[in-house]
Amino acid sequence: MTEQYLPEARHSPLHELHEQLGASFTDFAGWLMPVRYSSDLAEHHAVRTAAGIFDISHMAEISVTGPDAAAFLDHALAGLISAVPLGRAKYSLILEESGGILDDLIVYHLKQGQYFVVANAGNRDVVVSALQDRSAGFDVQLADLTDDIVLIAVQGPQSRAIVAEALDVPGLADLKYYACTDGTFGEADVIVARTGYTGEDGYELYVDVPDAAALWQALVAAGASRGLVPAGLASRDTLRLEAGMPLYGHELGLDTLPEQAGLGRVVNLTKDFVGKHGIEAGPADGARVLVGLVSEGKRAGRAGYPVLHGDVEVGTITSGALSPTLGYPIAMAYVDKNLSEPGTTLDIDVRGSRVAASVVPLPFYKKENHG
Amino acid sequence: MADKTTLQYTAEHEWVLVEGSVATVGITAYAAEKLGDIVFVDLPKAGSTVAEGKVVGEIESTKSVGELFAPVNGTVVEANEAVSASPELVNSDPFGEGWLLKVRFESLPTLLSFDEYSALVGE
Repeated sequence: MTEQYLPEARHSPLHELHEQLGASFTDFAGWLMPVRYSSDLAEHHAVRTAAGIFDISHMAEISVTGPDAAAFLDHALAGLISAVPLGRAKYSLILEESGGILDDLIVYHLKQGQYFVVANAGNRDVVVSALQDRSAGFDVQLADLTDDIVLIAVQGPQSRAIVAEALDVPGLADLKYYACTDGTFGEADVIVARTGYTGEDGYELYVDVPDAAALWQALVAAGASRGLVPAGLASRDTLRLEAGMPLYGHELGLDTLPEQAGLGRVVNLTKDFVGKHGIEAGPADGARVLVGLVSEGKRAGRAGYPVLHGDVEVGTITSGALSPTLGYPIAMAYVDKNLSEPGTTLDIDVRGSRVAASVVPLPFYKKENHG
Repeated sequence: MADKTTLQYTAEHEWVLVEGSVATVGITAYAAEKLGDIVFVDLPKAGSTVAEGKVVGEIESTKSVGELFAPVNGTVVEANEAVSASPELVNSDPFGEGWLLKVRFESLPTLLSFDEYSALVGE
């Protein structure tokens, strides 16, 4: 329980607002970010039933522009970015030559020849440097805009009404999942994307630092009558876990091929890209695969806990929690492929005692489809 | 709710209320807040023997697992069943309804005063 903040931990441009709201902070990838404001369970439930507002300014934003931008991204990333229409977003991966995952990221196609790559905070330098290395021979310009941009996520069934009231976003009602458009907040330009990391409907808003605090406050005001609460990284983690979304460093890493993580669909083998040879070679014999596990009771398996079949260790949990929405323990784990079929019964070693678990398909939680 | 200033404390963020030869044990508000929302509490049964400084239970939040250490040598006379059923009591009233154990002890080790504990957690 000893917590020490690194002296060099970076603050979000909204840090003072969070302090005024009574946030507790945690060090995340070198950033001191809100972990919760009051109760992480209440924040979790608010996102599922109403709305939550998150400051995720630690995420890295890299702009890619120039005549060769699409061709460059096709080369640098695993997905076919050139096929992403204007105003759409795509979840993708950046791989090393071996096929191992350097990061997972979202690419937004903002304007003709202009893309926005959003990467994990902890991989910012790795991604920027890999993109730079891979840009040789392409007519593109790369710019790391992380320090200039605040990223605010508004997530939950009330999020559209809140965004509609706080900003001017033409066509918001028709903005599809994984689409993006330009909005304005007063004089400020805001990129509005219907994306998120909670498994709930929601929006991610990219705004320049000087306008960010006013935008946050306008969203909070618009959400006041709609159940919006500020939400921290603790609830963000349980929300994404219920939604079966991977977290880099837990479900994804350099020693993981996309196929093992259930992300084979993200890789496009009709083109050449860095990592293709590793992907074509395939995972090593005996490589484990990502599964969902559910169990009864209240004791959750957590990251690092062994998964057993009989007395044999057959896997390891990468993320786990008592699901706030479902009320039972859920976990993601890498297990031996022959034990990865839904319905398979395994045991989790929870600090020395065995808890029976079943393999289930991901995600654990899926929002009701309102069309 | 117990008067925090008259309780004794451990460096493992437990509070101890001594009444005769029985110590009531809970975790401090500081510890509860650090853990986050507590969703599961595993406590020893009445009658079990506990040893000072040894792990006797677990307190799980959505995010992490905290261990409960016995602050004294003795025998558990009661575990708080209300907390097993409603673990959130540890967050809402850590010094009162969120108590965890009552332990009958023979001798009391040196524990921290309120001022010493406050200094430890920097509050």
